Amino acid sequence: MKAVRAAVALVALAIAPSLLAQGSTADEIAKYRAALQDGNPAELWEGRGEALWKQQRGPKNVSLERCDLGLGAGVVKGAYAQLPRYFADADRVMDLETRLVWCMVTLQGYTEADAKKNPFGNGNDRKSDLEALTAYVTSESRGVKMNVPMRHAKEAEAYRVGEKLFYFRGGTHDFACATCHSEEGKRIRLQDLPDLTTAQGAQKAYTTWPAYRVSQGELRTFEWRLYDCFRQQRFPELVFGSDAAIALTMFLARNANGAPFDAPAIKR
Amino acid sequence: MADPMKIRATTLGDSTEVKVLMSHEMETGQRKDAQGQTIPAWFIQNVIVTWNGRTVLSAQWGTAVSKNPFLSFKFKGGAKGDRIAISWMDNRGDKRTDETVIA
Ligand code: HEC
Repeated sequence: MKAVRAAVALVALAIAPSLLAQGSTADEIAKYRAALQDGNPAELWEGRGEALWKQQRGPKNVSLERCDLGLGAGVVKGAYAQLPRYFADADRVMDLETRLVWCMVTLQGYTEADAKKNPFGNGNDRKSDLEALTAYVTSESRGVKMNVPMRHAKEAEAYRVGEKLFYFRGGTHDFACATCHSEEGKRIRLQDLPDLTTAQGAQKAYTTWPAYRVSQGELRTFEWRLYDCFRQQRFPELVFGSDAAIALTMFLARNANGAPFDAPAIKR
Repeated sequence: MADPMKIRATTLGDSTEVKVLMSHEMETGQRKDAQGQTIPAWFIQNVIVTWNGRTVLSAQWGTAVSKNPFLSFKFKGGAKGDRIAISWMDNRGDKRTDETVIA
């Protein structure tokens, strides 16, 4: 029998060095991300989320396959690129996470408290169904241009409230989102802070969440990103699925319109 | 039970490239929990990959491999439709096997 030769590389480094300038920390982090892109563990969440979407669950023992994410019952492809949006059945603007909770309650018969009891997972014993479902649904918008609607009065209101919140200063440090995110070239620790007030900045940030955070070994959603920035801002804890969370999401998602969605991504 | 692996296998010329993502905590045994108690080591110890039943990779891993590991390797041979099976076993005796066919 012919000997089988195996060449092993635990991490395949697929970077074109010529494309990346040497030296700066940001470039090194970009290289690190490129090296990890090939085997993004976010795919493990996408796979689990797809299985959860199709599985008959909850008190009513039905799947989420009839869930209307805005493009009609059961349409997942491209849905995330048009969220948040106004839903007449709920008479409310909803982001994806809130809509998933809505479907778990109305279709599967969960209580709202049950459906949102674990929005952010932690390790093997506390895996979050919502993070997995979010990973799956968002992955079905990869490459689709962001096209968040602003036809309904409540969509326009959410956008305006989100904008207000973005510039609202308060808390122990008198910070607003804008304090950290409205100038080019600012840094905290070694992290470049994106300027979210420009279309380009909002696009780059919004289209790359959810993301697998290597430093946490977890997939994190956009609601988690906002939750953690509220913490960094020393604001009160951002309530999951709250009007504030949805309004800020609306503001940034709408400002990202026109850019192709490119997540779940991978971040440091 | 552990989540399924994600496997991709493609033949390019005379060799096949296999890429695998595994879902595992890979605890090093060096971390402490909030109470100051050491979190016991928990990691994938053995990995075996077969091509139509024949072993093409066999590895012993330790705690230095990251959480949710990504494994990529090539072997000589392989053709579209051939079966690739991957098994791991961890130091607690948990195991998992997943399969794919070469694309
Ligand atoms: C004290 C400074 C600070 C404040 C205030 C702050 N953030 Fe952040 N923000 C950060 C840091 C640090 C990061 C992470 C950068 C990294 O890890 O690369 C970040 C990341 C982000 C990202 C993701 C960017 C990307 O490209 O991945 C978004 C979106 C964001 N913040 C939104 C907000 C919003 C909305 C607010 C107001 C509620 C806010 N931030 C308030 C420091 C801040």
